[in-house]
Amino acid sequence: MSKRVAIVGIGCSGFRTTSTDLSYREMIFEAATKCYEDAGGIHPQSIDSFVASSEDFMEGISIADEYVPDQLGAVLKPVQSIAGDSLQGLASALMQIKTGQQSIVATSAFSKVSNLSHYEKVAAYATDPAYIRPLKEHPYFIAGLEMNRYLHESFSTREQCARVVMKNRYNALSNPRAVYGAKVTLEDVTCAEPVSEPLGQFDISGHLDGAIVILLASEEKALEMTANPVWIKGVGWATDTPNLDSRREGLGGALYAKLAADKAYEMANIKSPVNEIDFAEIDDTFSYKELQHLEALQMCGFGEAGKLLEMGCFEPGGDLPVNVSGGSLGAGYLHEANGLQKVMETALQLRGEAGKNQLAGVETGLAFAWRGIPTATGTAVVLSNRL
Amino acid sequence: MSEKIQVSGGTALSEEDIRSGNIFVTEDSLDCAYAWDMGVAIKRYLAELKEGRIIATECRKCKRIMLPPRLFCELCFIPCNSWRYVKDTGTINTFSICHVHWDASRIKEGEDPHLPAVIEIDGASDGMGIMHILGEVEPEKIKIGMKVKAVWKPKAKRTGSITDIKYFKPL
Amino acid sequence: MRKVAIVGAGLTKFVRRALETPKELSFEATKTALDSCGLSLDDIDCVAHGSAPDAFDGIHQKGEYLADGCGGWNKPTMRVYVGGATGVHAVVHGWHHVASGMFDICLVVCEEKMSNAMPHAQGFFLTIFDAITERALHPNLLWIFALEMNRYMERYGYTKEDMALAAVNNKRNGLLHPSSQFKDEITVEDVLNSETMAYPVSRLDVSPVSDGAAAVVLAAEPVARRLTDKPVWIEGVGWTLDTAYWATRDLYYPRYLDKAARMAYEMAGIREPDKQINIAEPYDPFDYKALHHMEGLQLSPRGKTVELLRDGHFARDGNLPMCPSGGLLGVGNPIAAAGVMKICELFWQLRGEAGERQVPGDPRLGVAQAWGDLMQVSSVVVTGI
Ligand SMILES: [Zn+2]
Repeated sequence: MSKRVAIVGIGCSGFRTTSTDLSYREMIFEAATKCYEDAGGIHPQSIDSFVASSEDFMEGISIADEYVPDQLGAVLKPVQSIAGDSLQGLASALMQIKTGQQSIVATSAFSKVSNLSHYEKVAAYATDPAYIRPLKEHPYFIAGLEMNRYLHESFSTREQCARVVMKNRYNALSNPRAVYGAKVTLEDVTCAEPVSEPLGQFDISGHLDGAIVILLASEEKALEMTANPVWIKGVGWATDTPNLDSRREGLGGALYAKLAADKAYEMANIKSPVNEIDFAEIDDTFSYKELQHLEALQMCGFGEAGKLLEMGCFEPGGDLPVNVSGGSLGAGYLHEANGLQKVMETALQLRGEAGKNQLAGVETGLAFAWRGIPTATGTAVVLSNRL
Repeated sequence: MSEKIQVSGGTALSEEDIRSGNIFVTEDSLDCAYAWDMGVAIKRYLAELKEGRIIATECRKCKRIMLPPRLFCELCFIPCNSWRYVKDTGTINTFSICHVHWDASRIKEGEDPHLPAVIEIDGASDGMGIMHILGEVEPEKIKIGMKVKAVWKPKAKRTGSITDIKYFKPL
Repeated sequence: MRKVAIVGAGLTKFVRRALETPKELSFEATKTALDSCGLSLDDIDCVAHGSAPDAFDGIHQKGEYLADGCGGWNKPTMRVYVGGATGVHAVVHGWHHVASGMFDICLVVCEEKMSNAMPHAQGFFLTIFDAITERALHPNLLWIFALEMNRYMERYGYTKEDMALAAVNNKRNGLLHPSSQFKDEITVEDVLNSETMAYPVSRLDVSPVSDGAAAVVLAAEPVARRLTDKPVWIEGVGWTLDTAYWATRDLYYPRYLDKAARMAYEMAGIREPDKQINIAEPYDPFDYKALHHMEGLQLSPRGKTVELLRDGHFARDGNLPMCPSGGLLGVGNPIAAAGVMKICELFWQLRGEAGERQVPGDPRLGVAQAWGDLMQVSSVVVTGI
């Protein structure tokens, strides 16, 4: 358990709403090349193992893991796919290094959601085939139910959710990897077309194409390969029941996030998350999710996130900057690649390479991803630039 | 076997159980379409097929002439942008005589079987094959190692697809 | 490296069409595995599960849907997939969880319900082919196996009769397996006379379409010793994925398995696998694959496998029993679950608990393997007692 693991290379490509010029293979090749160059020009033959994260229905390919190796340079190498968010893929890569069998592991994910005619139909296909799907509801109804229950239990307000959108899309304006940057007003969000009330059109993050490759290495290798390793201090993931009606703490909270964070903090030896974590890149698939997740991740008490947001606490200049990159609302939603996007933005901050969005003097950051509706699965990762 | 129970569950049903309505089922099909971005290399490949030519890419490092063409060499892990025309003839690496359709239904009496094959294309590096189908040949006469040539659709009917080659026939 | 053992195992019956839902099948296997080692769900730290394509069940994010059936509720749960190799690989995935030091007890569960796919699971394999350069030809899964089988036979001058011997061997073994979906022994003639599906593949060369689930419990060394006096150790793991441009490889030899096997043997400190290994469970969705894989596993010299099979070398009482479980051909093929079934077989065989199927001579070391995707991936687990 003493084996420490660091991020030693980061590469991304795409990050556009459509990417018709490149196939997913070509897009991933570009991200992988950048990542390997970032890690000091390593040739993929020197990488021990590869992990990809994807889901078949998103790609229209059965057993999509077939198409993973070539564009990562992983032909005839150990390669596996995780049917999960790419933070789970990152966790798998981390475990592989901790076993001692592997020293350098690449992890990758991509989104080509623009190639899909109806994302919502695919999402509906994730609901129970016998007693949810026959209702023929747009799957975002689940987000509407959750949001309503969350607002009811936490006494957070519709306006506070709207302010999450305002903050994140504004932050995105100064991130070159973000495409939904905008200066939106409270009315823009609250008066936008309703989707599943109280959830409106502006509360939902927009889709994005992109590929991300992140290289992990054991302590020994990391110190050889790079001058600015970002250490993975802790990781945790958890799944609540997929049944909407039997979640232990109902739909108002996000128990999966709490369980994931508990494990990650324990591993990172973090006793007081709010004091020990400098900033966070956490899931904001829907506006209310950022508040709900902040509370579940123990960044504040239940029902406090909205008020702290109004006080400016989560702004780039606040006590705990949240989604300085723009998050999914500002940068775009990459589906299973979301988790790696959050890790990438967190790691760039810790390296001091976040450009105009750079925060001063940060040492420890939290990345958290949720798999989206209708799931109750989340993964938390604590990163630090201090060993 | 030890006394411990090792197997439990897995209650077999028959077709009749479902037909008779003894078992409840819920039916659904995914009504969703995909339009895959073909990217740089395959776009050129298909455009050339429409012109009745097969094009490959060459890696400047390992010198492999690769089919289908790719923007990068997956072994050297460098971009490759040298395009090379290859021939529309090749050698059968392996083949099958297939009596079922893609949905597992059997072909009907009198219908011709499908004849898929891996064809190593002349002009590409050793072993560079593509999957395609054979035609104008009696199934029993197909042999591994046989030379074959592409039979193209008439120009007006080509759409920029691998099916612009109708099939490969013995030379 | 932290030592990890298998301490419990459970299976459902494998059937063509199961009454149970995917969740219920998962539950049955999971519960049986937990009961077999006297654990309850509270003892489980994490769940590593596996299932092959989502299309069979017709459920997107199937891992999430299955989570509560697998005992993953409110636990770290992660689904892995490498096509047909998923079953054995899920055990590798579980090994990662425990050997990393992050968890002490991990439940590995695999499930497949192929009968959900209508009219036939085969149809869903169209979508495994390259969307642009291959699917337009309307390929079916049998094509690639037929192409590989033909190439393999041509290379060594094997006949269809030779290949059928493997089907006969495995199906005979499977008759003794309580999960098996078959009741009758078959002969070489039966295989040769069964209808041709895609020459050289005939119907009885192929394993069936099945529903089923399988589970094993993995534990770190001190915990494992506390739970059982016969832990079955995971001595080596290996896995490899080859290029997706499958038509550019020579299909006669599974080089991806060659590499995966060497990786597992290196970890297990095995130098002469054909002499040291007592039981082999190569992946056998088709009869020729069992033989093809014995070569890739370095358990049989290339091109000499049929000779050894004819000599009884691979029979249950031979020097190196092949698929004593019956394999996919003899028990059934609920894809990912079938891979775990092979691991279960090693577990029972090495503990001397395989009943009528027990391999004689006190076996010490076994290997299980699975394979999939576009004939390009293998995962290998070596176990020992
Ligand atoms: Zn090259």
